[in-house]
Amino acid sequence: MSTLTEAPPPLTPPAPEPEKPPRKRGRWTPYWLLLPGILWLVVFFAAPMIYQASTSVQTGSLEEGYKVTWHFVTYWDALSEYWPQFLRSVAYAASATVLCLLLGYPLAYLIAFRAGRWRNLIMILVIAPFFTSFLIRTLAWKTILADGGPVVGALNTLHVLDVTGWLGWTSGDRVLATPLAVVCGLTYNFLPFMILPLYTSLERIDGRLHEAARDLYAKPSTVFRKVTFPLSMPGVVSGTLLTFIPATGDYVNASLLGSADTGMIGNVIQSQFLRVLDYPTAAALSFILMAAILAMVTLYIRKSGTEDLV
Amino acid sequence: MAFVNWFKRNLVVIAGLLTLAYLLLPNVIVTVFSFNKPNGRFNYEWQQFSTDAWKDPCGVAGLCGSLSLSLQIALWATLGATALGTAIAFALVRYRFRARGAINSLIFLPMAMPEVVMAASLLTLFLNMGAQLGFWTILIAHIMFCLSFVVTAVKARVMSMDPKLEQAAQDLYAGPFQTFVRVTLPIAAPGIAAGALLAFALSFDDFIITNFNAGSTVTFPMFVWGSAQRGTPVQINVVGTAMFVIAVLFVLASMAVGNRRNRRKA
Repeated sequence: MSTLTEAPPPLTPPAPEPEKPPRKRGRWTPYWLLLPGILWLVVFFAAPMIYQASTSVQTGSLEEGYKVTWHFVTYWDALSEYWPQFLRSVAYAASATVLCLLLGYPLAYLIAFRAGRWRNLIMILVIAPFFTSFLIRTLAWKTILADGGPVVGALNTLHVLDVTGWLGWTSGDRVLATPLAVVCGLTYNFLPFMILPLYTSLERIDGRLHEAARDLYAKPSTVFRKVTFPLSMPGVVSGTLLTFIPATGDYVNASLLGSADTGMIGNVIQSQFLRVLDYPTAAALSFILMAAILAMVTLYIRKSGTEDLV
Repeated sequence: MAFVNWFKRNLVVIAGLLTLAYLLLPNVIVTVFSFNKPNGRFNYEWQQFSTDAWKDPCGVAGLCGSLSLSLQIALWATLGATALGTAIAFALVRYRFRARGAINSLIFLPMAMPEVVMAASLLTLFLNMGAQLGFWTILIAHIMFCLSFVVTAVKARVMSMDPKLEQAAQDLYAGPFQTFVRVTLPIAAPGIAAGALLAFALSFDDFIITNFNAGSTVTFPMFVWGSAQRGTPVQINVVGTAMFVIAVLFVLASMAVGNRRNRRKA
């Protein structure tokens, strides 16, 4: 269970502790406060992970029951059979994360610095779609990207589909059931998770720093490159993590907007667990996914040099 | 040239508004298609304007039942997660004790784990225990994954609270209980409310974890999922539109109340 103990640092910067803790109301009070909630997490979050670890090295069948036989070959078999889905998940999630950053940054910047009295309204419009079931909103993309619809027509007229088709993102005159549709859905679904942390870190920037940079004859692009963007790094890091991690495990977008050729690892885990009922393979896949994500996230946090920021 | 300059100066605003349009486009489509009269089982193509679905939202078998089940689960999950989470948040901010780091990691991990991993591992546990999948397993799962979000929301608020206010209350001879109810709780309330609202939204909308742990029980997101395969009734769009409108009205109302309170204080 080494993967569990290597906890990545929290996504949000830890706020300063209150200067002086109030009078102690008894030594045991914090433990009584923690007990029910922590027990819940231990029994229904941590223990299941251990159960899953043991399931992944079991052999047997549904009829005869499963036994722990330390059958690590399951991991090898699962990887060699489903590596395309793993690669696809990482590629789709990474594309969606980059798109979210490119699309979300201007909107977060707009809310933080340019919205004025419209700020609250725009905030509401960013958050409110959360309350409409995300499945319903994802299904709406079927209408938007429909074959022969206005979006596909426009992309065709602009010869965008020729380029994306050549890149393998779309096929023929279709957008639905292609990688492009899945990435579009992923980007859409996780965009708010990028915008909110970006907004939080942009809003904290002191506007006088921009003025100072301009007084020193920095061009707007230089102000952004040297002042705004570096100071928004905590938001960029937590935003990219908040989009990349859930997007990698998602199977809803790939099921609703994709085809059999765009299946992600979440689709495989879901069908192994709920349809094929091959629990050891499913558990092994889910463990590989978790380990891969933890490894990537740790590496990313190291690389971005913001260990003390996130 | 004037236009080019204007465009350059407002580039960020234009790009931001385009992103906003991208975010809201599906909601517009959901609303428009709630007034559609589809030809066949699927409501993906515009046919004819009609208000039939709005007049009879429960006209589809199973829809309103799943909706009420989702509301019940969300309500209980919110109560459970908020109670447990608020207690944890207070303990973490207000006390020094051993294992604080470990507990912080335990709170953080569920938020950093892909849902499918949590869902699958919880199902393994339930299968091993021989638990009957249904209402209770869904509720247990929802409380589990909402808990961390409540802790984070409440912690943020409690951290910014001035402990001197509570000391002042105690100097004025308020007992520990009275201090908590009359001083601490009212100040922490916005954080608790934010956490509860988040828990409600997360639980009500959750599909992946529910899909694994529901057995044959059908919540609203699962009803939508099933109908995506069998044929989507217009009523689903009606519910989607109503949820969006209610959410916007709710936020506007709470902002109006907040504004009035601030003005009274000033």
